[in-house]
Amino acid sequence: MKLSRRARLLVLFAVPIALMSIVRLWSGEDALTSSDTIGASLRLSVPILLAGLAGLWAERSGVLNIGIEGMMIFGTWFGGWGAWQFGPWVGLAFAVLGGMLGGLIHAIATVRFNVDQIISGVVLNLLAFFGVRYMSDLAFVGQPGGGVSQSPPQTSAIPRFDVPFISGGELFGWKSPNILLSLEDSGWFFIGDLAGILYGLTNNLSWGTVIGVAAVPATFWILWRTRLGLRLRSSGESPTAAETLGVDVIRLRYVGLLVSGGLAGYAGGILAIVASSYYRQGQTAGRGYIGLATMIFGNWRPMGVLGGASLFGYTEGVKLVANDAISTLFLFVALAAVLLAVMAVVNRTTTRGIVAVFVSVIAAYAYLAIEDVPQSLTQSLPYLATLIVLATASQRLRPPAMAGVPYRRGESH
Amino acid sequence: MAKNRNVIDALPRPVVTLLSSLVAILLALGICGLLLLVTGKDPIAAYRTILETGLTGNKLLEMLKRSTPLMLSASAVAIGFKMNLFNIGVEGQYLFAALIAAEFASRISAPPVLHVLLTLMVASAAGAFWASIAAMLKVTRGINEVISTIMLNFISLSVMQWLFDNYMRDDSDGGLRVTTTKIAPSGQVPDIVDGRLNGVWLVALFVVFCYWLIVFRSKFGFRLRSSGLNSSAAQTSGIAANRMIVVAMLLSGAIAGLVAMQSVVGEEYAYGPQATPTGFGFAGIAVALLGRNHPVGIVAAAMLFGFLDSTSAVLQLSGIPNSIVKVIQAVVVLTVVIVNEATARYMNRRTAEQTAAALRADKVGA
Amino acid sequence: MPEQRADTPAVELRNISKGFPGVIANRDISMSVERGTIHAIVGENGAGKSTLMKTLYGLHRPDSGTVAVHGQVVDFRSPSDAIEAGIGMVHQHFMLADNLTVLENIILGAEPAKAGVINAREAGRKIAELAKSLGVEIDVNSPVAELGVGQRQRVEILKVLYRGAKTLILDEPTAVLVPQEVDELFDNLRRLVAAGTTVLFISHKLDEVLAISNRVTVIRQGTTVGTVTPAEVTRRQLAEMMVGSDLPQPAPRTTQVREQVRLEVKNLTVARVGQRDSVHDVSLAVRSGEILGVAGVEGNGQFELCSALLGREHSTGTVAIDGNDVSHASVRERMNAGLAYVPFDRQREGLMLTSSLWENNLLGQEEKFTKFGFVNVGAARAACRAVIKRFGVLTPSEEVPAFALSGGNQQKLVVGRTMSMNPAVLLAAHPTRGIDVGAQAAVWEEVRQARDAGLAVLLVSADLDELLGLSDRVIVMFEGAIVAELLPREATPELLGTYMTGAKVGS
Repeated sequence: MKLSRRARLLVLFAVPIALMSIVRLWSGEDALTSSDTIGASLRLSVPILLAGLAGLWAERSGVLNIGIEGMMIFGTWFGGWGAWQFGPWVGLAFAVLGGMLGGLIHAIATVRFNVDQIISGVVLNLLAFFGVRYMSDLAFVGQPGGGVSQSPPQTSAIPRFDVPFISGGELFGWKSPNILLSLEDSGWFFIGDLAGILYGLTNNLSWGTVIGVAAVPATFWILWRTRLGLRLRSSGESPTAAETLGVDVIRLRYVGLLVSGGLAGYAGGILAIVASSYYRQGQTAGRGYIGLATMIFGNWRPMGVLGGASLFGYTEGVKLVANDAISTLFLFVALAAVLLAVMAVVNRTTTRGIVAVFVSVIAAYAYLAIEDVPQSLTQSLPYLATLIVLATASQRLRPPAMAGVPYRRGESH
Repeated sequence: MAKNRNVIDALPRPVVTLLSSLVAILLALGICGLLLLVTGKDPIAAYRTILETGLTGNKLLEMLKRSTPLMLSASAVAIGFKMNLFNIGVEGQYLFAALIAAEFASRISAPPVLHVLLTLMVASAAGAFWASIAAMLKVTRGINEVISTIMLNFISLSVMQWLFDNYMRDDSDGGLRVTTTKIAPSGQVPDIVDGRLNGVWLVALFVVFCYWLIVFRSKFGFRLRSSGLNSSAAQTSGIAANRMIVVAMLLSGAIAGLVAMQSVVGEEYAYGPQATPTGFGFAGIAVALLGRNHPVGIVAAAMLFGFLDSTSAVLQLSGIPNSIVKVIQAVVVLTVVIVNEATARYMNRRTAEQTAAALRADKVGA
Repeated sequence: MPEQRADTPAVELRNISKGFPGVIANRDISMSVERGTIHAIVGENGAGKSTLMKTLYGLHRPDSGTVAVHGQVVDFRSPSDAIEAGIGMVHQHFMLADNLTVLENIILGAEPAKAGVINAREAGRKIAELAKSLGVEIDVNSPVAELGVGQRQRVEILKVLYRGAKTLILDEPTAVLVPQEVDELFDNLRRLVAAGTTVLFISHKLDEVLAISNRVTVIRQGTTVGTVTPAEVTRRQLAEMMVGSDLPQPAPRTTQVREQVRLEVKNLTVARVGQRDSVHDVSLAVRSGEILGVAGVEGNGQFELCSALLGREHSTGTVAIDGNDVSHASVRERMNAGLAYVPFDRQREGLMLTSSLWENNLLGQEEKFTKFGFVNVGAARAACRAVIKRFGVLTPSEEVPAFALSGGNQQKLVVGRTMSMNPAVLLAAHPTRGIDVGAQAAVWEEVRQARDAGLAVLLVSADLDELLGLSDRVIVMFEGAIVAELLPREATPELLGTYMTGAKVGS
């Protein structure tokens, strides 16, 4: 049964929600699609989204950026410091600058000196990790609320809002009706879950988050519709060809890495200023690397990165808000696997079918047998999810052709 | 013979690499000096403190002791590097191995030397096991090992916490010391210099020696390096790429498993989340890069890092944040990597020129 | 003899010299190209043609001498300057980004834009116009990765025309084309020239040069030998100008083929997901003392065939070496059974450029030099010295890193290494690519001697002289299958070209 692209996207979107709904009604556990969980997921997916976009910008210009984590760390620190000193918006600006500093270092090492790109990224992460400790020593120790591993809290927070009409937002002082919340509370099959998801996405929104998500269409538009974007992409696809046409590959790779650093820095800023109210050591928790996985999963396209980030953000949201509900996820996996097994029977792909049946049996057993997944293990959910997603993503991956290959000016054969 | 353009050309290549590394280190010290200056500290005083405290007998022994886990970690990373594999997962591998080995050692009874040997073997096996997951993911699903090993680091912490909390924790002390059961004396490795240098240091030196022997002298090592230099040419010449990846990662993990052994069988005689030191996974990467993946370089770089680390406590006392030590280390690695790359390029160019000139001279002479 | 024409030459080069570390590529080159003509530049591999063209295109600057375009002396700092002066270069190795569309490749660097935003519609319109004037049809939104070789070349030409080039430089344009495609290209060029464009045509294929050009300049060892018109010279004279001495006569062929079949392939198929098989149902047999030539345009399965025979590519069917079934054997096992391979791309598949020559020589036969698991360095070095001597590799010693050698000498080392393993079956892909004429003859001699001693050879080559000169039989591959088998004496370039484009299937 061949579906059009639109229909396929619709199915991809609706089926998991339907399954979740079934799980909710069956188990009585409604945390998995509640607006609280989704709200947390959105907040937590934005840093991953931006990290993924940071990777995209860098690799599209031709440079692997393993140092996203380090740039994010700079972002959290400078964001925390800036928000404490001047306020949240200035803090975000400093976060961007901090990330760009990391991007510049990476660019100098890889583009100017042709150091191996992965090594440069790893070293940048080390530099950032230890550098911020030193900077904290200087700036935060002795300050009220501050110390060697955290900054004093920010002076004020970035304003939040609810979308009017559908989520009870204010409109010129008048509190509008909250349609989605009512629908969610109704608990109806599918509608209730969908409403919960939408409500989670539209209430208590931080402007910082909105700006972050805006980076997705901005990235698409700049890279695929403008002159700068085409030239930047050509620097990653075929720098030798680009150079013979007068494109300044070196300069564009710098641009790509600075933007990459800026996005990563902003991601760090979100962690310190929006998701939290101060800088804390270890705040990034590997999200820079999850961002890379998101970029791969998204096939180096902005919409794909958005999809991947949503998925990983969801695992983080569940871990944070709905920790007890994680065992219910087994039920979801079991049902999804059954569905995949049925599809495999229809399409006659036997190996996939057998694996799907196998997985569904194990997941079902896990659901029935395990009451509570211990917290020590649920901590690893996002990282485990990353591995599983990378392992099962079987679409035809199309990375930029020359990303990772060092390039020197005038190197055309 | 082509004329040497300057004195650099006359020197053998390893010497040039060493000199360029030294230049880079000085450059790094300069940069960090500026950093200190800009933040109102006195760099000269800081460096003097470092040298004065570090160059005493006791501190030098401490340097050797601190270099032990670094040598092991760097060797583990370097084996991977030689094959263009980035094993960033040493951190997770060694901690996991430390827990398993400590638990194992505390539960068996055996004659002294055998006890220790078995413990080390179990540690290696555990490290190799954890590394094998990333290896399998790479050869079966093509997952980049940088991402997978880092994810596995986090997962390892998670799994370890679960294992420790539920099964391996020793609360007989009344909950004061949170570690596994203490290892019997037969499983403990004595100090060489009491309280200052432990026998595991010798183990580390031996491992570095084995690294050299395997990677630079054996047939397997030749194939390993060839796969790293040109994977396509290696495969065309009969070397099985996937098998190389798996074996290299297993070896890397096996060595990684030993990284915390100085702590586990030499000092604490147990594993504990607070008792067992963390961070050696990343420090090992820095040491391997600084040492250019060469056995002598690794030992030297490990000692340099150990030297710097041994002075950090004293620095703190004299008003300079001891985190500057780690920053110095990171900046040193960055500058060395950059300077070495530039130097290598220059030397390659000179080699090409000299070769062409030598051939022309032959032709003319003939 | 100075031309007495009213208009100035499109391009005039005077005393151009250019050197690189260790080598002088161009020495005192002077030539004059008239507007509205096709002017060919011929010379052997390594004579300096490419270097000269890079100067003209602004990829580097000459050490001395002047370049004048339409009478104006110019100093190009980058390709953009050359483009602005109306010069467009179509490279031998296409400079296209596979993952970008045809449109994106064509407009890159000269995008029609308003405030930075690309005006795709206008670009599409302009390209359609140019395509019509060239006489071709192309879908501008398809990714270049999906195009065939001939179409890619058209994209390259459109790229250059899009920028308003009035002088085109074509670097070995027919290297990857089949005779019929060459005719199409020449048609396109004649159209352009009739409209006033000037064409510089770099080639070493003398027949084509004589057929299409108005004037020919010969370059040898970095300097100009002379400029002639096709009417004035014969092919032989032109070849002599190129090579500078008497041409080596092709050796008389003596048949040495014996009974024993050393390589037997049955129904070999290499499948691809969702596409046509890259190798389809290939069956062949090579006997001891036989050289089987494989002709075909690059990209028709020759590489995949060799990969599959080597064991690097998953395939179905049977392969037997000296009677031993190696169909499911690994690369190492096949090598142990006597298979050896001279790769298509020596730098990518054959050498570790930063390693010494002796380490490169060791690659593939480390087992032979290993004792108790350790490498016997002394023996390995000695073996390399022997190869260097026997195959005439020009190098000061075996310690030199491979990148320091010229391409030709690198190739000699690779061939030497392979031959010194005394194989039973040799898969040779373009074994003399990049090697100068003298060394080429030496390599052919080695192959012949080994063949006389019983070696079986599968020879893939785009050099028809090499193919027809060495082979006992020739098969033609097209789209993964064998479409013809001929004897060298029956094979003419036209006939081969026909088979190579799949126009006639027969034997």
